Amino acid sequence: MVALSSFVILSTTVFVIGLIGVMIRRNFLIILYSIELMLNAANINLVAFARYTHTLTGQVVTLFVITIAAGEAAVGLAIIIVLFRRRSSTNVDQLNLMRW
Amino acid sequence: MQPLFFYYFAGATVISAVLTVGLRNPVYGTLALLSAFLHVAGLFILLNAEFIAAIQIIIYAGAVLVLYLFVLMLLNLKSTEKVVQRQWGVAIFFGAVVLTEILLALFKSPAAAPDGSTPGANVPAAGNTEMLGLSLFNDYLLPFELVGIILLGGIIGALVLAKQHPAR
Repeated sequence: MVALSSFVILSTTVFVIGLIGVMIRRNFLIILYSIELMLNAANINLVAFARYTHTLTGQVVTLFVITIAAGEAAVGLAIIIVLFRRRSSTNVDQLNLMRW
Repeated sequence: MQPLFFYYFAGATVISAVLTVGLRNPVYGTLALLSAFLHVAGLFILLNAEFIAAIQIIIYAGAVLVLYLFVLMLLNLKSTEKVVQRQWGVAIFFGAVVLTEILLALFKSPAAAPDGSTPGANVPAAGNTEMLGLSLFNDYLLPFELVGIILLGGIIGALVLAKQHPAR
């Protein structure tokens, strides 16, 4: 059986890859993908701890996380569509209207 | 046998995640993200969470990712733009710092559990889906309803945002 620490290391790695993706990419869509990656890293952690502590709480919370991720995707894509209609680009560097 | 499957799924997940962040073409990025989701579903099966694995494939890979691809086709993005920020070196450096920090906090903290703690082989009396349903509708009924309200808010927000307003 695989040790719990292996799952924790995997989840940390995927989370940091998503974090780097949010920081370095210019495309709004790829930034949303990176956020989905980070949510998935949290899910791996929750399910692994649920398995290793013999409870179901982690799996129930994972269900909630998946639901919230679906809602986040819907609202994020609506924002992208509005943005593309105004600017005809999804580059986040052009969103400097509120910059001081 | 189980470590073999774990290392396959873990390695494939990490490689797919790197490709998602690194590929220039957003369509290829979407497909890499799909691969990452499927391999995470394999990890869930390895962890005796069959229902979560099915939900992961049906909702994430089936619904959310198709929504992303659909919007991607609608947008018709130009592929000539630069894809990464100028400060990508700084970002990767800080990512490595965060990774080191989290791993140090995990394994050097006084509260760290002894390594190699493995679960016993107690199989629940009912199946995973049945146990999860009982827990969800008995112990977590209020959060369940709250998540429903959040979804309703998301639907209304998306509709209001994306609606074409006539010129006033």
